Amino acid sequence: MELLSQLLGRMSLEYLPTEPATIGAAVGMPLGAIGVAVALTYFKKWRWLWNNWLTSLDAKKIGIMYIVVALLMLVRGLFDAMMLRLQTAVAVGDTQGPFDVDTFQQVFTAHGTIMIFFVAMGLMFGLINVVMPLMIGARDMAFPWLNSVSFWLFVAGMILNNVALIFGGFSPGGWLGYPPLTGLEYNPGPGVDYWIWSLQIAGLGSLFSGINFIVTILKKRARGMTMMKMPIFPWSVLVTSVLIALAFPILTVTLALLSLDRLMGMHFFTSDMGGNPMMYINLIWAWGHPEVYILVLPAFGIFSEVVPTFARKALFGYKTMVAALVAIMFFSFIVWQHHFFTMGAGANVNAFFGIMTMVIAIPTGVKIFNWLFTMYKGKIRFDAPMIWFLAFVVTFTLGGVTGVMMAVPALDFQVHNSLFLVAHFHNTIIGGVVFGFLAGITYWFPKLFGFRLIDKLGRWSAYLWQIGFILAFMPLYILGLMGAVRRLDHYADPTWQPFFIVSGIGVLVIMAGTFMLISQIALSVWKRKELVDTTGDPWNGRTLEWSVPSPAPHYNFASTVEVTKRDDWWYAKQAKKQLSPPPPSAYKDIWLPKNSASGLLIGIGTGLFGFAAIWHMWWLLVVALVFIVAVIIRRTYNTDDEYMISAEELMKEDAAVYKRRHV
Amino acid sequence: MSKNITETEKLDNTTLGFWLYLMTDIMIFASLFAVYMVLVNATAGGPSASELYDANFALLQTVILLTSSFTCGISALMLRHGKKIASMWLLAITAILGGAFLALEITEFTKLVAEGHSWQASGFLSAFFTLVGTHGLHITVGLVWAVSLLVYMYKTKQNADMLRKVGLFALFWHFLDIVWIFLFTIVYLFGVAS
Ligand SMILES: [Cu+2]
Repeated sequence: MELLSQLLGRMSLEYLPTEPATIGAAVGMPLGAIGVAVALTYFKKWRWLWNNWLTSLDAKKIGIMYIVVALLMLVRGLFDAMMLRLQTAVAVGDTQGPFDVDTFQQVFTAHGTIMIFFVAMGLMFGLINVVMPLMIGARDMAFPWLNSVSFWLFVAGMILNNVALIFGGFSPGGWLGYPPLTGLEYNPGPGVDYWIWSLQIAGLGSLFSGINFIVTILKKRARGMTMMKMPIFPWSVLVTSVLIALAFPILTVTLALLSLDRLMGMHFFTSDMGGNPMMYINLIWAWGHPEVYILVLPAFGIFSEVVPTFARKALFGYKTMVAALVAIMFFSFIVWQHHFFTMGAGANVNAFFGIMTMVIAIPTGVKIFNWLFTMYKGKIRFDAPMIWFLAFVVTFTLGGVTGVMMAVPALDFQVHNSLFLVAHFHNTIIGGVVFGFLAGITYWFPKLFGFRLIDKLGRWSAYLWQIGFILAFMPLYILGLMGAVRRLDHYADPTWQPFFIVSGIGVLVIMAGTFMLISQIALSVWKRKELVDTTGDPWNGRTLEWSVPSPAPHYNFASTVEVTKRDDWWYAKQAKKQLSPPPPSAYKDIWLPKNSASGLLIGIGTGLFGFAAIWHMWWLLVVALVFIVAVIIRRTYNTDDEYMISAEELMKEDAAVYKRRHV
Repeated sequence: MSKNITETEKLDNTTLGFWLYLMTDIMIFASLFAVYMVLVNATAGGPSASELYDANFALLQTVILLTSSFTCGISALMLRHGKKIASMWLLAITAILGGAFLALEITEFTKLVAEGHSWQASGFLSAFFTLVGTHGLHITVGLVWAVSLLVYMYKTKQNADMLRKVGLFALFWHFLDIVWIFLFTIVYLFGVAS
């Protein structure tokens, strides 16, 4: 018995799920995983999966894996949202909703955590990996192996987050887990620990990615591409990465301190013995506010590529775009207190942060106008990425306006923690981040897979998301003004119910939009022969990624890239330069990273480490730690980690590409 | 592009990447310093900084760590001059001094806990143990790194990659030295003076 409790830590059968909804998920998820495994075995695809994907260090492959995981998590997060709105559509007066309070709390925590960390961040890292090196004329990331480690840490965090559903339950503490509620005293169970370790591990991966992206952009740009000739998307990635490098360590520390409170009985955020819960609120938002810009800046970057391509005009105000990015980077660190105007700071402090919050809207507005001026007098094509853009302009601007409203402390006192706030941030995050990333996926899909997505279904997806968004969130603004607070699982006033029902219908429409998106991808795969992109440049693009064939070769560029101006590829096409191959001297032998399984192994080790910490299985903690260190040391001893592609090979493959351009 | 050119480019990239990593580590320590300064008076009725710290003890730690930083620098320099064996000896001395520093830190911690001033006693002590302990944890990582480097140097002929590896370790070790100077000043000196 003694030995068993040593082995299993604090595990016990009482942590198995008891609610019908969670039992369903707890049975469904493993069954799904087993189904995939059986299919892989049946079709003899394990080796293919291992060699081409799991151990690949090719940034494009890693990027696609990020996007696949993120889309799966999007579906999970949307199911959570549906559960929340189902509850609020029903639970009024004497009627009880389908979920008890505890389940409801876990669901809204999971919804927020998953959508931010595993959907938005996942899509962002995916798109960056997929196109950033191509856009700057690089063969790969500066640190391909570290890139794979980042990805597997992301996956480890994602799995821990979902394992909570099967065994132990998740945190009821909201997506930012304020103590003392999330402290030992009020939440001794494993739920909060699942939340902590899932974010901690994924956050570490983000930190490594940030460093990797900065070095890649600073060091691996094509010859001639000065910073001011670089496209805006890499610029936005650079700024976002600097924000990651500065902000994510604060998250790491905050979560670590909360964990020390819980594991070792420390008193950082407890309400007695000198602990200071308010310090947690400050720390988490010192990370949290930059985080929203970390997410939205790459989306801005995507639109800065999409709009000029589809308006067939150079981006208006390139320099002000860059300046706005840098200004946002700076200001995003001095506005965090606007998340808690009501929590005891004096009038002067509130005034300062309120004004700073209004100031940060200026560079954001500059960007919106720059895109609109880019469209002005352009020959605009309304393909799906452009529909996402138009939906973004409307939705995001509205979210920005309600944001500035809440920057006024006096007004914020009325709507703090109400559904008005919930509507506001969904306005900016769905309208800004999600629409941006979905536009990016549609835009760059042909570059990755060699065929386009069916445009009509993409446009329908955008329309459905837009309509669904309006239905789901406009009622929440009204409810917020009527006094409905967020995270409400039951209410007394029956006049609120119609608004909640409309909002629930909105979620269903968003669900339909997501279904449209998935069927768009599935149907396009089905009809890929008709949709094939032979030119490598299906949109008549402007930047370097369109100068290589689709799908992009694993080495990205066959010959050494040289750039003379901004949008070099566009001007090369004007001069008909894309028709004749470069001289033989432009082809050189290149070295690429060999596959490596150690990123995956580190991911497994870290996942086990987190699991051990959650369940207090100390032996497993030590084993996992030793394993991780051993894998890292073994990797540093490995010097044979690259293989060569010869200049002749590259020239031969490239000649075929140029031949196809003449057809 | 020959392999040699990629080698030098990689060296450049790794150094820049490592500097950026150190920047993120600075953010970690900066957050912990901020937390410490918020909680330094949150003693929950227990003893305060000036009653607990022994500045002479911390001074001894400082001298040891500074010396190790010196030997570490010389070790990297020796390798640059092609003297691998000398470099390895100096690296070993660095690791031994680091181990001594760590031993002193553990002694201090055990003494505090034995006297009833553990990390559970107050917010202030939580912050103290975490801030100083995080630095100690970095030193521990440095020791593992140094030992694995020594094994690598013993087994391999000198090459450019070895120079890079030792250079990065030296950067890390000097960084920990600088962090310690801040710790010594803000935690111990200010603590005793208050
Ligand atoms: Cu904010």
